[in-house]
Amino acid sequence: VSAVDRSRLPVPGADRPFRFPRIARRMLPNGLELRAVTHRAVPVAAVVLLVPGGSSVDPADMHGLVSITAGLLDEGSRGQSALDVADRVARIGGELDLDVGVDAVVVGMTTLDRFLDTGLALVHEVVTEPNLANDDFNRIRNLRLERLSQLKDHAGAMADRAFARVLYGAHPYGHLSLGSEPSLNTMTVDHARVLHGAMFTPSGSTLIVVGDRPEEELLDAAAAVFDSWRASASPITINRESALAPPPAAPEVTLGVLSRPGAAQSELRIGHACAPRSTPDYHVLLLLNTILGGDFVSRLNLNLREQKGFTYGVRTGFNLRRGIGPFVMQTSVGTDVTAPAIHEAWREIRDIAASRPATADEVALAFASVSKGYPRGFETAGQVARSVAQLALHGLPDSYFEQFVPRLSQVTAEDVAAAARRYLDPAKMTTLIVGDLDKIVGSLPALDLGQPQVLTIEP
Amino acid sequence: MKLDFEKRTLANGLDVIVHEDHQLPMVAVNVWYHVGSKNERSGSTGFAHLFEHLMFEGSEHHDHGYFPPLQRAGGLLNGSTSTDRTNYWEVVPTGALDLALWMESDRMGYLLPALTEKKFENQREVVINERRQNYENRPYGLAGIALSSAMFAPDHPYHWPTIGFTADLRAASIDQVRDFFQTYYHPANASLSLAGDLETAQAFELAEKYFGGLAPGPAVTPVSATAALSASASLLLEDRVELPRVYVSWHSPAMFAPDDAELDVAADVLAHGKTSRLYKTLVYEKRVATDVSAYQHSREMSGVFQFACTAAAGVSLSELEVAIRAAVEHLAVEGVTDAELERALAQTEAQFIYRLQTIGGFGGKSDQLNAYNTFVGDPGYFERDRERYVNVTSRGVASAVKKWIVTAPSVSLSVVPRGRREMALAGAVEVNVS
Repeated sequence: VSAVDRSRLPVPGADRPFRFPRIARRMLPNGLELRAVTHRAVPVAAVVLLVPGGSSVDPADMHGLVSITAGLLDEGSRGQSALDVADRVARIGGELDLDVGVDAVVVGMTTLDRFLDTGLALVHEVVTEPNLANDDFNRIRNLRLERLSQLKDHAGAMADRAFARVLYGAHPYGHLSLGSEPSLNTMTVDHARVLHGAMFTPSGSTLIVVGDRPEEELLDAAAAVFDSWRASASPITINRESALAPPPAAPEVTLGVLSRPGAAQSELRIGHACAPRSTPDYHVLLLLNTILGGDFVSRLNLNLREQKGFTYGVRTGFNLRRGIGPFVMQTSVGTDVTAPAIHEAWREIRDIAASRPATADEVALAFASVSKGYPRGFETAGQVARSVAQLALHGLPDSYFEQFVPRLSQVTAEDVAAAARRYLDPAKMTTLIVGDLDKIVGSLPALDLGQPQVLTIEP
Repeated sequence: MKLDFEKRTLANGLDVIVHEDHQLPMVAVNVWYHVGSKNERSGSTGFAHLFEHLMFEGSEHHDHGYFPPLQRAGGLLNGSTSTDRTNYWEVVPTGALDLALWMESDRMGYLLPALTEKKFENQREVVINERRQNYENRPYGLAGIALSSAMFAPDHPYHWPTIGFTADLRAASIDQVRDFFQTYYHPANASLSLAGDLETAQAFELAEKYFGGLAPGPAVTPVSATAALSASASLLLEDRVELPRVYVSWHSPAMFAPDDAELDVAADVLAHGKTSRLYKTLVYEKRVATDVSAYQHSREMSGVFQFACTAAAGVSLSELEVAIRAAVEHLAVEGVTDAELERALAQTEAQFIYRLQTIGGFGGKSDQLNAYNTFVGDPGYFERDRERYVNVTSRGVASAVKKWIVTAPSVSLSVVPRGRREMALAGAVEVNVS
């Protein structure tokens, strides 16, 4: 055994090759697209059904309708109760989840590979034959109303909700998927039934199956269950492209405060509507974000946490969507350091877009961090299925995973600097604080962000 | 399914466990120190966790942050602290295994020369912010601290929270931190687990190379303390919440002890998910609660069996508490049905397999091997752990519930909106959480 040389860190060896998932496809006559990936690690199968059009297709006067409709899928189907469905999922050790995003509803099922057929049948049943019964609707609506009132106590949730509203206003990205108290009280189970018929259709949806079998067997298993899916007649059509409309050009609020008397910390958001997922600069923004606030060694975290001790952590994200998604910085800081923390956060955002652009070394570190760790995202069947669902949602090619690192490697420091100037616009940014207004209000004028506007909590 | 491994113990006492899995070109490095907040003393709480933070701030031969070199190599890293243990892990590309081992061994052997007052004070502020963010500024966030304080006597090591009491954190000195490191952070009190794209023989060679030369520390005396309630108590906490919630808590068996698996199954049948009895009656049928949950939280010295149930608007907490107590009493007499037992077993079996999906991180294979090694001295306990659940019977569940819950004193806690004390259980006594 050789002695350790502690005078320097070992230099990592070359990366070993990794084979990214190979995607097999099949189109069913009913218009449902199937995609399958063989995943041999552990006998676990993952099924993901992607239905485009998430909370952004909520009717303007019925925010929360998509979410409650999706939420009702596993609250009873084929004439049997919610408890019966839950029992059948539990008997195969399955995990069924219904995720309502802004752009899509995703129905996911993880189960042991030997129960794949049952898992597929359960997904098919809840999506195509939910009871959508009035009693269940009322029960779930009440739970959601109570959830909404509980969210008013959660500083992070309050901030997220208010921030979406001030950035997007009436745009389809401007509301919470859960909706609001007035809108939930407006809707009836009939609205959910009508929406279900129009939205949950085989045509336009994608079913992804990942499991411990050859691709053709996975496709056959999915086809056998989903071939019979027929769109039901619906008196309405929904516009799955409604989120592609542009958001407001300027923010309604530049410095907003939600009052939370006695709060131990101030919850902060800074950002603006920014770019769609289809931007050609996607890879550049990934590196820009990594440098600015995307990981532990980002400029923001090193400054606000590691140097100043203002926070447990801070992060940024370009939350790119089918429509124009937001850039958001978020953190939670001690009440007494609210103003200095905002000042420092602003400084970092301004500087990377102007006086202190990303350096070649920072770009190299960010590239190495993102690219060398990339295979980690393909370890479990569920991870693979969700990655393939992202390709389907955004119309990306099957070769996307293989091209990811080569494409990322072409990004230069100049590209990152240019993207910071182009995609981070201080003139359009909103700063939002959820905190103890009385204690912080005196310190805000020095920030030079304009007159603070006290916002009200939405019902 | 099996979790294959090899284990050796180095001359300095460090356990090394290796598991090969070549699916990804990645290796998981996972270190457990058998120290947690239970090794702290009253008045000096929060040390183990504060220490975890300092372990990322640099060591003698790399006196810089631990994140940049490992992230530059494509690694993911983190750590966590519980009452019983502290863990640190990296998942790195295969070519960066040496780097990860170099760094883990440097902070195991050479942390103190790099520890400065400045780092200490900075991370103490970060921890105080972590506490505010995750406990004080979060609805119901102080309930766990209030319950631990009431369940365990002031000198019992489970009395204080892992995050520590704020006054203790403020009073902590760097000398105390140094002393804590020398006592607990050394090879003889640690376990190193390597899982992923490596060869077993090479893995042991590397472990010997990087860790073999580190000095063993002093033998660590195991902490032991008995936990019991002399009488039931009912507490009240006002919080910034809309809906009141009731917690009910009993002492229960330690992890892997007799009745631990039985109480896990009892929690599952009573209040885990939509298939559970209390979800059915309280949330689904009567609609008097918005959620209900139960868990058998078993730890090294002893466990806690706990319910939490949030009232629907206008419903009294006493109605929920009565229903919870009635459900446990019924279970103690009637046991569980065959269907409930089958379903619980199917879920448990699936969970054991899902846990084999990742090599590293929290709960991945390297973490599990270390957990079994640290707590029962056998990384291969996976199969025996699973068998504990296969062997659960209806009668066993009933008698465990009777012994630990029905006939034992409890602590209940009402968390109510500020200014609404009348919503608490009758006779509840207000507590202060610091």
